[in-house]
Amino acid sequence: MIRLVLVGTSHHHAPVELREQIALDRDQAQALAARLAEDGREAVCVSTCNRTELYVAAPDAGEAERAAAAALASLGPEIEPVLYRLRDRAAAHHLFRVAAGLDSLVPGEGEILGQVRVAHELGTTGPLLDRVFRQALHAGRKVRAQTAIGESPASVSAAAAALAEQVFGSLEERSILLLGAGKVSEQAARNLRSRGAEIALVANSKTEREQIHEQLAEVDVVIASTNAPGLVLEAATVAEALRARRGRRLLLIDLAVPRDLDSAIGELDGCYLFDIDDLEQIVVETLSLRRREADRAEAIVAAEAEKFHEWHASLDVVPAIASLRARAEEIREAELQKAESLLGRLDESQRRAVEAVTAQIVNKLLHLPTVRMKQAAAAADGVLYAEAVRHLFGLGEDER
Amino acid sequence: MAELLFWPALLLYGEAAVGYFGDMRHPGRAGRVATWGVRLGWLLQTALLGVQAARDDGFPWGTWASSLDLFVWLVVSAYLIWGCRRPYRLLGLIVMPLAVALLAVARAGGGTGVGSASHYSNLFLVVHVGLVLAAFAGFTLAAALSGLYVWEERRLQTRPATILRRQMPALATLDSLALRTVAWSVPLLTLGAAVGLGRLVARGDRLDALIAVTAATWLVWCAYLGLRLFGGWTGRRAAYLALAGFALVVVVRLALPATHFA
Repeated sequence: MIRLVLVGTSHHHAPVELREQIALDRDQAQALAARLAEDGREAVCVSTCNRTELYVAAPDAGEAERAAAAALASLGPEIEPVLYRLRDRAAAHHLFRVAAGLDSLVPGEGEILGQVRVAHELGTTGPLLDRVFRQALHAGRKVRAQTAIGESPASVSAAAAALAEQVFGSLEERSILLLGAGKVSEQAARNLRSRGAEIALVANSKTEREQIHEQLAEVDVVIASTNAPGLVLEAATVAEALRARRGRRLLLIDLAVPRDLDSAIGELDGCYLFDIDDLEQIVVETLSLRRREADRAEAIVAAEAEKFHEWHASLDVVPAIASLRARAEEIREAELQKAESLLGRLDESQRRAVEAVTAQIVNKLLHLPTVRMKQAAAAADGVLYAEAVRHLFGLGEDER
Repeated sequence: MAELLFWPALLLYGEAAVGYFGDMRHPGRAGRVATWGVRLGWLLQTALLGVQAARDDGFPWGTWASSLDLFVWLVVSAYLIWGCRRPYRLLGLIVMPLAVALLAVARAGGGTGVGSASHYSNLFLVVHVGLVLAAFAGFTLAAALSGLYVWEERRLQTRPATILRRQMPALATLDSLALRTVAWSVPLLTLGAAVGLGRLVARGDRLDALIAVTAATWLVWCAYLGLRLFGGWTGRRAAYLALAGFALVVVVRLALPATHFA
């Protein structure tokens, strides 16, 4: 039987200094998988900023494991002690958890599903890895559809973008005014831009900030994160700008400490003001929600992993089942041949009826043994059952 | 037959109302079950209206109670256009308890049975009663959207940490949906009321209190449209005006019908 092997490391086991040694871009990951697959194996390399994992399918699990570990060690010699090695059921379960975002730094993050899909596309896959990766992607999508694990933002910048969507809906053609350009505000602006918004103005210097009044009447979102010691935007200034806005909504995000925006702005009609504390509390709340949802997600992943295990285990008995069915068919056809002299008197439709009845008898007789063998395979007795069937029915040595 | 359709429809609407309440506390399965309750209940109520029309050999909307039955069906129909989508489930918390209560009132008034053939013509019932009630159903939905707007805006201003826990329609979307719903409903009310007035004049009947309040309702919703389209009204102010207009709809539907149908 073909075995599934996983060798890799992640943020749980290795610090960034080690992970960066074996971090691969798409081309490198594809090349590594192709190299590992040269000896007739299947291989996929999943490499993200949090993990590098090699999934290999081969008849000899030990040899595949050694080859994968050696391939990773060749990229970073110090990586060997932090590598984990999993096989078959455990390896599949791990991949399903990864695809569902349950092994991520932030539980339920959605980017990993796309990364697993790309890794699958770039890998050198065969029947086993193709099946396990397809099922992992299915498990990941199912978790996202049936739980709320990925619905809420997991960072301050994502929370700011989600709030903007809560106010405006689509962010296409919405404009942003950036007051100051700190790291978090840049991330928030990038997040908004990725959803279609445009940056109308970046007011960095004090002189630029004094000229924003006209922009205030036009923009939809203001993100402030200056180092100014006092308020940069007073409520009176915003109230004046509101008159020219004709009821258009204005979202203001204040990421600065000390705050840049007058807290009284939040009381103005059509203005929605959030400061850094508000955003951080939202993120804390949403992370706790994700952790609660993670339990439900784990159950979904476990069920999918079990399905894969049943399929994988059934591979043990598939040759024996195929031989048994072939033998039965052979006997059926031989017996029909023997009765040819009698059957010759039948017309075409009667012959077809006899064919169908005999085929049905064979199928019915073999149905239960087939089901029982597959069940036994899932319970680790599959090989014994397969041997017993071969012995009882005298299936040939060539099928072993 | 009508009994066999009425009770399951009422139960399913009730289940939906309870389901939406559960969905508010723990979003997820309860909301999905509630949405199925609305769909199945609506199908049964549609069948009920069909049976009533077939047995009475015409549209049975000539009494206040039976028109209330039709009104509930129209409100739920309008809700179903958006209500199946997840962000709008909360709207069901407003619409479905209302539907249950009104359907129960319609039954108490004898509006869900058969054998109450109307003395009005089918054409008049469809054009006058049908259009006016469709407009009122639209106003009810617009008011529900506006209520949701006010609630959501309040949350955005009080900034609770749980603000993003539930998927909600955006403020801008609620605002524009309410406007679109009213923009469809006002012409329906105008046409339906005009037909009614034409009949009134032709028969030489006198105006009653319900007609007067309906005219006031029409004026309020026309003002809503005018202020939104030409006066730059948007957001909270427009939402409050929609809620005021809905208060008049409630008066027309529940407080004054005796003066009209008698």
